[in-house]
Amino acid sequence: MNKSIFKITPCFEDIMPDEYKELVESDPFGKGLGVSQLGTYKELLEEHPLCAGCGLALSLRLILASLPNPEDTVIVGSTGCSALAFPQVALHNIHSVFGNQNAVASGLKRALKLRFPDKVKDVVVIAGDGATADIGLDMVMQSWFRCENITTIMLDNEAYANTGGQESGMSPQGTVLNMAPKGKKFPKISMPEIARESGCAYVAAISPAQPKRLEKMVRRAILTAREVGPSYVQIFSPCPTNYKFKPQEMVARIKQREKEGFFKSKEYITTEAQEYLAGLEEGKKDE
Amino acid sequence: MIEQKVVTPEQLFFEAEREEQFITGSEAIREAIKSANVDMAISYPITPQSESMHLVGDIFAEGYIKEYFRGENEFAVMSSVAGAAMAGVRVFTATGGPGTLRAFEMFPTWSGSRLPIVCAFMTRGINSPLTIQPDTLEMAYMLDTGMLMLHAENGQDLYDMVLKAFVIAEKPDVHVPVGVFADGFFVTHTRDKVNIAPADMKLPSYNPNCAPVPAMDMETVPFRQMRDPFVMKSNFISYAAHASWQQEILAAAERARKYIDSLLGGLIEVENEDADILIIASGTAVSQSREAIQQAKSEGLSVGLVKIKSLRPFPTEQIRRLAAKAKAVIIPEFNRVGWLCREVKTAVDDTTKVVGAPRVFGGMTMPPQLIVDEIRRCANE
Repeated sequence: MNKSIFKITPCFEDIMPDEYKELVESDPFGKGLGVSQLGTYKELLEEHPLCAGCGLALSLRLILASLPNPEDTVIVGSTGCSALAFPQVALHNIHSVFGNQNAVASGLKRALKLRFPDKVKDVVVIAGDGATADIGLDMVMQSWFRCENITTIMLDNEAYANTGGQESGMSPQGTVLNMAPKGKKFPKISMPEIARESGCAYVAAISPAQPKRLEKMVRRAILTAREVGPSYVQIFSPCPTNYKFKPQEMVARIKQREKEGFFKSKEYITTEAQEYLAGLEEGKKDE
Repeated sequence: MIEQKVVTPEQLFFEAEREEQFITGSEAIREAIKSANVDMAISYPITPQSESMHLVGDIFAEGYIKEYFRGENEFAVMSSVAGAAMAGVRVFTATGGPGTLRAFEMFPTWSGSRLPIVCAFMTRGINSPLTIQPDTLEMAYMLDTGMLMLHAENGQDLYDMVLKAFVIAEKPDVHVPVGVFADGFFVTHTRDKVNIAPADMKLPSYNPNCAPVPAMDMETVPFRQMRDPFVMKSNFISYAAHASWQQEILAAAERARKYIDSLLGGLIEVENEDADILIIASGTAVSQSREAIQQAKSEGLSVGLVKIKSLRPFPTEQIRRLAAKAKAVIIPEFNRVGWLCREVKTAVDDTTKVVGAPRVFGGMTMPPQLIVDEIRRCANE
């Protein structure tokens, strides 16, 4: 993206919305900013309509701040809570239908490669656990089998939250939720392991309780997808509204679940991706 | 990539010297795509469509298309095609029967996203019981997806309609998907003489900058805007936004009429329109009607024929005008529900003169004799 395209035409300043003017004045495009600089520039997520204490909102802020190439990144979302925040994101983003996000992203990425052979256009899927592990699982896995150059990020709030709190494949076993009136009968789906075995070159599981580590993983995932192969990041962030805890307890709840052994930060990297990332990270140190 | 000369649509369609080939409908698809300057094609097998997308794969290997792959199911393929179209390239795919229904959620989504996708539908029966035989039932479901719908009678139609569909779909004031329908087996698997434009000529490439909605490529201002009508707030303005968007899709289809007129020579073709008895048909039912009309003529019965080429937009005014003069209107169809009969009945002033017969389905052929029987019945009334 050429930054001159969003400059305001002189004499139209007074009719442009404030958040647009702020973005023109202190945008994050092409500046290599990250999570550490949050608060010093205009963020890509302008407000959001998600519930108080929603870890998805925090995760989304962190993901957007972690993008290595926001000026040339297209997001593919899916139906769910996160879809409510996407109209507020200052990146091209697509909502097609529920569950087809990785199929849309496959076509999008291949087409962008055709149109911009000399430019890096990152395609990042950001979708909920229902979209990724349940209704869209076949298309998620098939995009990995096909070695599509896309990054898939799951916002795992452990439920269908937007539809009123139903059990998802990512809910913990035994949880009583709508549509699981006697408690969930099977364990949380092992998505990182499925991703690793399905052809992802880089796989990580993390939570917004560790922002710097989350940033590193999102960057690694997107860089890997450019050159090596598909990548997957799972972001753990249980839903305060449907699991009925106080909004301010979100981070504490994640840490408690980690302590109890229900959640573990993970990173699986293929040798090829490891070498590629080491080369990039080494190069960065030299600069 | 294969070297081809870019020519204007008019040159390719109307001026280039054509060569007659004796080919199947599937091969007609291949020939059309050779000249369509398609960037990407995505395939998935289903009888009777599979062969057409094999052949498209073959011309990808020969260098006529830049990108091609097999998706995992029809819903995923229609989703990938949507992603590619949103990125601003020209895409093509094909399906049929159960594949059409498997993918169904994506068709109104294509229209709503203003994607100029061209999809060929090789119609076939729908389960259960399991069938792979010819039937046009799936078209009933497709009528209200917001897509334009062209119905080919034969291989020549299929070739011309697929090629011209890209031009119609991509007009900035239209910019909605076009489905080109052909009766499975009867058109796809039978050989016919088809006049083909030279394969060393192709259409100009798609220009995403002439679209009514921007491509999702981060090359235009991305702030607080979405490609899709994202309206999930519970207030009147949101409802009105969604309602007006839907109306705009219908309006886009209306605006396609002038392009269908100029490129396809009209939404309908009429023969002997002053006859007392008219047959109105689309697809291969038109060919069967031609046979029946010849037989009726030998018995001294004069029968007119209206071939409907465009079902969406529907030639409502033309049908009303033609039916007003006729004593009876016969509508032969290759499906159980009689969707064309329903469409015609919504257009005509006097529905009592509309005869929804004969109908064959489940894979049956339509002997012209069945149509002649209806003609005789109408003549004797």
